[in-house]
Amino acid sequence: MPRIIKDGRIADDPWRWVTTDEVMTPECLAGDEHLLLPLPLWQDQQDRHDRARTGVWLAPDDPFIALLPWLAELPLIAIHFPVFTDGRGYSLARLLRSRYAYAGELRAVGDVLRDQIYFLHNCGFDAFCLRADQAPEEALGAFGDYAWTPVAGRGRALGV
Amino acid sequence: MYLYNATDQRLVDDRVIQFRGQMERFLAGCLSEDDFRPLRLQNGLYIQRHAPMLRVAIPYGTLSSRQLRKLADIARRYDRGYGHFTTRSNIQFNWVRLEEAPEILAELATVQMHAIQTSGNCIRNITTDQFAGAAADEIFDPRPYCELVRQWSTLAPEFLFLPRKFKIAIAGGREDRAAVRFHDIGASARVGEDGRIGFEIFVGGGLGRTPMVGKLLKDFLPREELLNFFEAILRVYNRYGRRDNKYKARIKILVKELGLETFAKEVEDEWEWSRGGPNTIEAATFNDMEAFFARLDYPPADPHDPAYRQALQYNRAFARWVERNVARHRVEGYAIVTLSLKKTGIPPGDATAEQMEGIADLAERFSADEIRVSHEQNLVLPHVARKDLLALWQGARALGLATPNIGLLTDVVCCPGGDFCSLANARSIPVAAAIQQRFDDLDYLFDLGPLELNMSGCVNACGHHHIGHIGILGVDKNGEEWCQVTLGGREGQRGALGRVIGPSFAAEEIPDVIGRLLEVYLAARHEGEVFVDTVERIGLDPFKARVYGEEHAAHH
Repeated sequence: MPRIIKDGRIADDPWRWVTTDEVMTPECLAGDEHLLLPLPLWQDQQDRHDRARTGVWLAPDDPFIALLPWLAELPLIAIHFPVFTDGRGYSLARLLRSRYAYAGELRAVGDVLRDQIYFLHNCGFDAFCLRADQAPEEALGAFGDYAWTPVAGRGRALGV
Repeated sequence: MYLYNATDQRLVDDRVIQFRGQMERFLAGCLSEDDFRPLRLQNGLYIQRHAPMLRVAIPYGTLSSRQLRKLADIARRYDRGYGHFTTRSNIQFNWVRLEEAPEILAELATVQMHAIQTSGNCIRNITTDQFAGAAADEIFDPRPYCELVRQWSTLAPEFLFLPRKFKIAIAGGREDRAAVRFHDIGASARVGEDGRIGFEIFVGGGLGRTPMVGKLLKDFLPREELLNFFEAILRVYNRYGRRDNKYKARIKILVKELGLETFAKEVEDEWEWSRGGPNTIEAATFNDMEAFFARLDYPPADPHDPAYRQALQYNRAFARWVERNVARHRVEGYAIVTLSLKKTGIPPGDATAEQMEGIADLAERFSADEIRVSHEQNLVLPHVARKDLLALWQGARALGLATPNIGLLTDVVCCPGGDFCSLANARSIPVAAAIQQRFDDLDYLFDLGPLELNMSGCVNACGHHHIGHIGILGVDKNGEEWCQVTLGGREGQRGALGRVIGPSFAAEEIPDVIGRLLEVYLAARHEGEVFVDTVERIGLDPFKARVYGEEHAAHH
């Protein structure tokens, strides 16, 4: 099982990442696998009975507004970073956590590197699936990169 | 001045440790060039034409004597004995060694300085009026707000990977000396009819490849909402700004593509939600912040000091310097002094370690320990008693910093250009030097009156050529250096972009071309009319005719 960083620790990851061009058979959807679906597919499969095992991942420009009615029951939202310099995911996370009060797992996936973890965490991410060449053990230190917490109440409403 | 608290100090110290680790991983081959580049850029470290360059932040252009001495020390120990003050009121060291950068950052941290966010696609150093807190026309001191925005934007986790860089300017005077209409966000002090304090907000201004004058986004933003509103703007930009083409990635393009109304609606929607939220600034915070900057202890100083009056009358060189380099202070008996970094033959904005130390001494003696960097690349001593002006002038003259040319043709604003910068298409320093040499006669310069000449070595416009009364842009034509000339640009309330007068000229022709432009002005000006007003009144045609006349005739 692949490993991720979750809540500041290394954890096994039961979720299967489903790509946008994957075709999901009814058998597959009926199974007990943890499925992380792209937004369009997730919208098609909203009646999947096993909500606790159905998560959604967002591309940076996905219209995540569609998720809003379901935020209370979504166990996992992953936000994809195509390159680590694409900062849209930071604002998505901030919106989901503070404006829309999403309380489930919020995971950064894709081009996620050690040097961004501190800041991603500050925006509300609590799970990190690092780029394949990154060692999660070595990245754990990133949470302590700064002793400082953001000023002027920034992040107070984040619940992180 | 603002003084770091334990949190601020810890942040810059932690940053040094973090960057040292990143540098070690890079040098050990554990961090690829591509992964390291954005990290070093966010610490102001560029790789230039000849060597790495370190750009150090000077938040809203304010330095203490102690900080300036540290910059001198760094120039001497880690560079070639000088530094370059930029049009964004930062300082650049052009000859640092890559592996020594963490050491330099550690040195800076000892005097509450850093290089955080002086580069990269993040919120850059906040700039303001170099006369803040001293100007006679001030509505209120913008520095407490600059500091609040500095704290909010420093490592603002949400905005470290924007589509492109983001520049904020905040001005407090009736006259705009901070070019607020030429920043991604510009804020200008306003007091509402009910006495409330706030800002007029401009968005989407900027120079560079696609120059634009900022658009008025809000005519009055109450000061307590400053961070909420800025955050709303930044969030809209971060989400919707273009990332497919770096030349179309600035907020000005987003504002243009969406239209001001739609953009404003998006911002209002974000703000509607965050208004009154956790980032709202409390009255006590303003009071605390203002206390750092308030200066009420000016010893009474006689504005009519007899020795000063006498020197003005009998010492022509001193009187000229006072005329050009000394501005009115809000406290009677005091003055604001601009030290010119535009001596002929010295690259504009450059200062040696000795000069920096000398200025630090002068500031200590005459200006309450305070120095400002202007975006025109000069240094300012903001609180000088008029009776001390003569002694200060003598000290500045000994350092080669008393050229009486502030706001005149030879006060050239100029980027480092092709001599240093790897983006440049042409060198700018030799062109600036040639102009300064040609027009070195003070009687002529004083007769010409206020005239701003700005030069950039490429379209990125670090030399702000679009807003020079005369603008010069270096271009590359088959490996040769040519210059395009614009006229009629200006900063301030009547901010405007210069217009190109026609085909470009070989770089060495530029002094002659300028000479001809000036002849047109001298012949056409009304009594007391400054160059840029004449350009506005008579248009470009008379200038074009004088510069291109015969050649044009030959072509047609």
